[in-house]
Amino acid sequence: MTHTDTAPMAWGTNKVTVTFGNTTALREVTLDAIPGQVTAVVGGDGAGKTTLLRTLVGRIRPQSGQVSAPASTDCGFMPTGASGVWQELTVDENIDFVAAAHHLTGRELARRRAELLTAAGLEKATDRLAGALSGGMRQKLAFCLAILHQPRLLILDEPSTGVDPVSRVDLWRLISRAAAGGAAVVMSTTYLDEAERSSTCIVLNRGKALASGTPQTILTHVPGTVTTGTAPSGPPELSWRRGRQTRSWHAGPARPGEQPILADMEDTVIALALADQRQES
Amino acid sequence: MSANPTSGAPEALLVADHVTKRFGTFTAVDDVSMHVEPGEIVGLLGANGAGKTTLIRTLLGLAVPTEGRVLAFGRTPDRTTRRRLGYVPQGLGLWGTLTVAENISFACAAFESAPPALDAVQDRLVADIGLGLQRQLAFALALAHRPALLVLDEPTSGVEPLARARLWETVHAQADAGTGVLVTTHYMQEAQQCDRLVLMSRGRAVAAGTEDEIIGDTTACEVETDDWAATFAALDKAGLPVTLTGTRVRLADTTSDTVRKALESAGLTGEVHEVKATLEEKMTVIDRAPANA
Repeated sequence: MTHTDTAPMAWGTNKVTVTFGNTTALREVTLDAIPGQVTAVVGGDGAGKTTLLRTLVGRIRPQSGQVSAPASTDCGFMPTGASGVWQELTVDENIDFVAAAHHLTGRELARRRAELLTAAGLEKATDRLAGALSGGMRQKLAFCLAILHQPRLLILDEPSTGVDPVSRVDLWRLISRAAAGGAAVVMSTTYLDEAERSSTCIVLNRGKALASGTPQTILTHVPGTVTTGTAPSGPPELSWRRGRQTRSWHAGPARPGEQPILADMEDTVIALALADQRQES
Repeated sequence: MSANPTSGAPEALLVADHVTKRFGTFTAVDDVSMHVEPGEIVGLLGANGAGKTTLIRTLLGLAVPTEGRVLAFGRTPDRTTRRRLGYVPQGLGLWGTLTVAENISFACAAFESAPPALDAVQDRLVADIGLGLQRQLAFALALAHRPALLVLDEPTSGVEPLARARLWETVHAQADAGTGVLVTTHYMQEAQQCDRLVLMSRGRAVAAGTEDEIIGDTTACEVETDDWAATFAALDKAGLPVTLTGTRVRLADTTSDTVRKALESAGLTGEVHEVKATLEEKMTVIDRAPANA
């Protein structure tokens, strides 16, 4: 991963490997968490995203490699799914509970509560049970809980999964605001457009980092050649559909007469996965 | 695709004709018309509570419209139309405590279809085979009886891009062979796989067409600046809907004039560009517009 002079390395993982029994969940994965930046960890189910985030916050001890993170009181962690909130408590009670854990009281708590709930659009839902909120509202509440104590490292495990597009825009604004406030934000996602909007991202596939860097760097380092047409130009296992268009990939440079396309993140990640498959076989 | 046997003329596989569905005083679906023709992939988009699920339930025959009518294969949806329809719900609709083979024989008995060929794992419980294989199984079962219409609810949410591409390959192959496909999603990458989109907001169908047609000339603003953190903070403080794209500051539903003025009054400089909005930003604009009711 590349660093610019203005972005000092703060926290992260360095070549961490995590195994569970015979399964290698992470293989020498390096991730930088930089203050003021959003680092996106992208990949599908089982790619190792949750394992990487849990390793970063110290909940999983890696077999090898180094982890650096601030003290746990300076970390905010939002777990995936519904587990980030207490379903049987109201919105306000959820805030009270987490505030108590962080010894946050009085005027400071009142200020944080008002600021976060307003930003999340939850100010009129304070008496509702968290379990009765829509998916989007619940995730926004979970976000508020993770950031209540103003952590310097904020780790979000799939904050936007199952969240509708309108709430996703809200969530992205909350995440942006945390980074703008100086926090190092690390978030996992299955949405590639969120990777494109991050400052840096890491593409995970079956425990391995296929690529990492700024989205621009990743897009300019597509392996091989991607072309588009109405039918596959090579073996079907090396092609995929994008609407009515068919993309084709091969490992070499563009052949004479071939018009490579400027791959977007979707095409790039598929090309990376195909290149990786080819290398392993 | 052959003509519809009940009508004698080629027509849409699925038609919603001014459908309204009320629950007490609450109108979940409000005068929605849409259709799915053979061979096309139609995406149904909308925020939570937009009415997608209720509309789908009326299309499947699981709910009766309060007003308007629904036609599946030219007739009111019932158990016979259901046989010509393949459905993959978001939760995949499999029996986790049965084996793969048992799930297959159950679905194939219900639809009197030939069992699909699936390698290995036949004896394992569905709950134990992992989400990827479960999804493949759900697709295979929905397709086993060669439905004329396929209804998919967020079919590839959470799936890694290569596996997602493979699943969409299957969907496109069905459409190429004449099957009509209706996809409900709030996943923009899935929306881009569709031929046509129908956008719902607060029970109404508010826009239809391709992604480009729906976005139209709606723009967003991007600010290029050396100090994005200060720019972000200033625009955020001014109450503007600001987000971050890398190290650029982005604002949906805001004119460049508004942004320039806000920057000026904060004593900041930055280059403001108007750029084409994303589909998501367009949906937010529609959803946040004051209701005219």
